[in-house]
Amino acid sequence: MTHPLKHDLNQPILDVAHVNFKFGEHVALDDITFHLHTGERVAVVGPNGAGKSTLFKVIAGILHADSGDVNVFGFESGKHDCIAYIPQRSVVDWHFPVNVFDVVMMGRTAMLKPFVIPGKQHQAAVRQALEKVGMQDLAARQISQLSGGQQQRMFIARALAQEANLMLMDEPLTGLDDPAQEDLLKLMEKLEQDKVTIMAATHDLDQAAQHFNRIFLLNRHLIRFGKAKDVLTAENLKIAYGGRLRLMEDGKSVMALDHSCCEGGEE
Amino acid sequence: MIESIWSWIVQPLTYGFMQRGLVASILVGTVCAVIGAFIVLRGMAFFGDALSHTILPGVAVGYLVSGGAQGSLFWWALGTAIVSALGIGMISKKSQLREDTSIGIVFAGMFALGIALISTVRSYAVDLSHFLFGDVLGVSVQSLITILIFGAVVLVAIWAFYKQLVVVSFDPLLAATLRLPVKFLNNLLLILIAITVAVSLQIVGVALMVAMLVTPAATAFLLTKRLPRMMLLAAISAVLSSIIGLYVSFYLSISSGSAVVLICTLFFVVTWVVQSLRGKRSSR
Ligand SMILES: Nc1ncnc2c1ncn2[C@@H]1O[C@H](COP(=O)(O)OP(=O)(O)O)[C@@H](O)[C@H]1O
Ligand SMILES: [Mg+2]
Repeated sequence: MTHPLKHDLNQPILDVAHVNFKFGEHVALDDITFHLHTGERVAVVGPNGAGKSTLFKVIAGILHADSGDVNVFGFESGKHDCIAYIPQRSVVDWHFPVNVFDVVMMGRTAMLKPFVIPGKQHQAAVRQALEKVGMQDLAARQISQLSGGQQQRMFIARALAQEANLMLMDEPLTGLDDPAQEDLLKLMEKLEQDKVTIMAATHDLDQAAQHFNRIFLLNRHLIRFGKAKDVLTAENLKIAYGGRLRLMEDGKSVMALDHSCCEGGEE
Repeated sequence: MIESIWSWIVQPLTYGFMQRGLVASILVGTVCAVIGAFIVLRGMAFFGDALSHTILPGVAVGYLVSGGAQGSLFWWALGTAIVSALGIGMISKKSQLREDTSIGIVFAGMFALGIALISTVRSYAVDLSHFLFGDVLGVSVQSLITILIFGAVVLVAIWAFYKQLVVVSFDPLLAATLRLPVKFLNNLLLILIAITVAVSLQIVGVALMVAMLVTPAATAFLLTKRLPRMMLLAAISAVLSSIIGLYVSFYLSISSGSAVVLICTLFFVVTWVVQSLRGKRSSR
């Protein structure tokens, strides 16, 4: 294990206790408490502005909670380098002059020596990560030439190259066509073999119910965290989405309609 | 015929000031082009422009104190550039105004102060124009050595921290989750830009500095999609512009700084036109 900080494997991979976060006066996260088990896939669901991105950034130690604790394997999260934050595709500069291999190699930056080109061991790790996500043939491709699904898989490869145990994916499925979404969901399931734990923000409640172990319903405070059938009740969804939700009672499907428009819909 | 071309090329080089000027502008062009790649990719062109103008009062004080000695002016420029770079970096984080507004206020105010200070000297016009537009043909051997040393410092630092600088530039959130020293790296880049500005002062002057920082790198950005190659092409474009510019300046008696910048701009325009024509053809 190359990670500098100790892991206590008897502790949960992620343990969040009474976390509060404000942007100035604006409360973004209100008293969030939960913990995750290793290898779980959790869908984080909530309306725009619910605090999903903020929660991920606080967990990753990019933003610092105003109060409360975030621990990863028993130690403060801000020191771990085993947490990967996978950005929303809309915030990435796709014209930056790098190719797929370069970006995946970035995941290993903390382990690289100054001055020299990354050695064999690192190149092998990058190639292995690319293979895992099925992109070995696209290593030399300029990143602006990738499809949305390929962009997303490249970032997962980068997280693998980083040797991340916990991947926080910010709206990975938004803006992808159906086959690409299917591919990505399959890839996430495959990562369970590697004991990778995943939290993914998503707008599609059906998908959340089908492809994730648990659902985390958020709107500034944690409304409910558990199995789909317990979380996605009409009552909980009304609390989360308020008037903005239409329940489409066509048998089973429920949709949060305020999200149909929001490729890149950060406010 | 060949002989006359030969003498056309060699003749300027018989002057020591031309030799020194050429070496100095090749060195400065290379350093500006390499760090310019980061400036272009991070959208810091306005910062670079502001920074180069902001050092004028410091240079002016040095000028008044030293009576215009080249050697000490560099240190005044360097000191002011580093303080201003970190200062501007702080303003852009703390201020409630939009970043470009506060930078604009500071930059114009400092620039005016610099001009005011220099204008207190009776024969200021010539010296002022050297600060504004450079005096590449007045470079001494001593300044050449300073340029060489500090230019090398910038290039070696970029080489050493290349991988980390790329990560903070492309994806600052990744840099944070990898626990890279993000603040240090950002400040390092600001300081390296400051050193570059100080080193370039005598060659291009404050008014045209941003062109050397941005134009060759932008030309290279149009030509390649890999960063190391972009830096190389930017350096080549800057070096060619410097050489051609100085010859143009020598034979047509044009101000040397503006000649070099004009050639840089020409390279950019030609590249841009060729690339857009090509793009049209291939998309058809
Ligand atoms: N940098 C910021 N400064 C101020 N407010 C912010 C900032 N980022 C997000 N917010 C606000 O915090 C709330 C949560 O945002 P975010 O975490 O992006 O929500 P989500 O990802 O669920 O859409 C929103 O009300 C948003 O407007
Ligand atoms: Mg978000």
